[in-house]
Amino acid sequence: MANTAALEGINGLRDIRRSPASHLAPALEAGSIEGTVVLKEGPFQTMAGVRVDPGSEAGSRIASVVGGLPARCGEVGGTERASVLWLGPSEFLMVAPEEAHDSLGGDLIGSLVAALGDAPGQVVDLSANRTTFELTGPRARAVLEKGCALDLHPRTFTAGTALNTEVGFIPVILLKSGEESYRLFPRASFADFLGRWLLDAMREFASPEVP
Amino acid sequence: MLLISCPNCGSRDETEFHYGGQAHVPYPEVPSELNDREWSEYLFYRDNTKGTFAERWLHSTGCRQWFNMLRDTVTYDIQAIYPMGSARPDSAGAPTPDSGTASLAPDSTTTGTAAPDVTGTSISPATAPEGATK
Repeated sequence: MANTAALEGINGLRDIRRSPASHLAPALEAGSIEGTVVLKEGPFQTMAGVRVDPGSEAGSRIASVVGGLPARCGEVGGTERASVLWLGPSEFLMVAPEEAHDSLGGDLIGSLVAALGDAPGQVVDLSANRTTFELTGPRARAVLEKGCALDLHPRTFTAGTALNTEVGFIPVILLKSGEESYRLFPRASFADFLGRWLLDAMREFASPEVP
Repeated sequence: MLLISCPNCGSRDETEFHYGGQAHVPYPEVPSELNDREWSEYLFYRDNTKGTFAERWLHSTGCRQWFNMLRDTVTYDIQAIYPMGSARPDSAGAPTPDSGTASLAPDSTTTGTAAPDVTGTSISPATAPEGATK
């Protein structure tokens, strides 16, 4: 948990923590093909799961903390402080840089909890729930299409869109961060599987294309 | 592979969904007054319709919301998708009298108040197992 960061002065837990796919780092580096498709694990992030009725008063209070809640599937709201991913009609995932966590001097989770108040809903610190894979390159879409049934063509899946779906048979939040870059948020226990699955899907692009 | 149109997320692959069994099975108003047979029928006995069937589905790896669906169990044709809690819509494509592959047995969708008789063809009085129909 990112909460352990507060214990840094005590026994350095923050220095010894490892991300869920850290053991794959050499394999990710070896499997990436510069200029074609590159896979790496992203840095730790602060994430908060929020369940609130967006039409309620508490919903608008939370929207004002993060700069707007997305209204429908695929939309990403928020500001530079935190992106807000739509997970369901009343369920959202806030994703922010690590420093936004309360134990590191930020105030994201605390301000969300305060904004929710006593209203029905929940704010849960999910910073350790998911890890981030960053898949970039001209062939990134071809890699994803091997295991994702969504239409990933840019005409429907535009940059700045996030969808809750399945990639390689496991549930993943798929965020398109740029024209040729994707972020995948698998749950921590799936990180090893998804990392190896993506490496396998990328392997063919290391060989010269057969005409 | 079915392509299911989630009311929140749009068309998604069947693998993202979970089946929730027959829809419109109301919880008994006073469960304590049911005898063992009625209780077990409520718990375990469901229609096994050949034809249009109202069922519940969960978009489990998407928006995690439940919804109802009218589906033809023979052709897998999805005829309607409607929210939880609303009555079963009149099946727009009420099955025409069966010709050929479909069953000749009467439709057994008779539990629940909101289930209209969609076939209207009752040719062979198939004897349903006791308890399967109310």
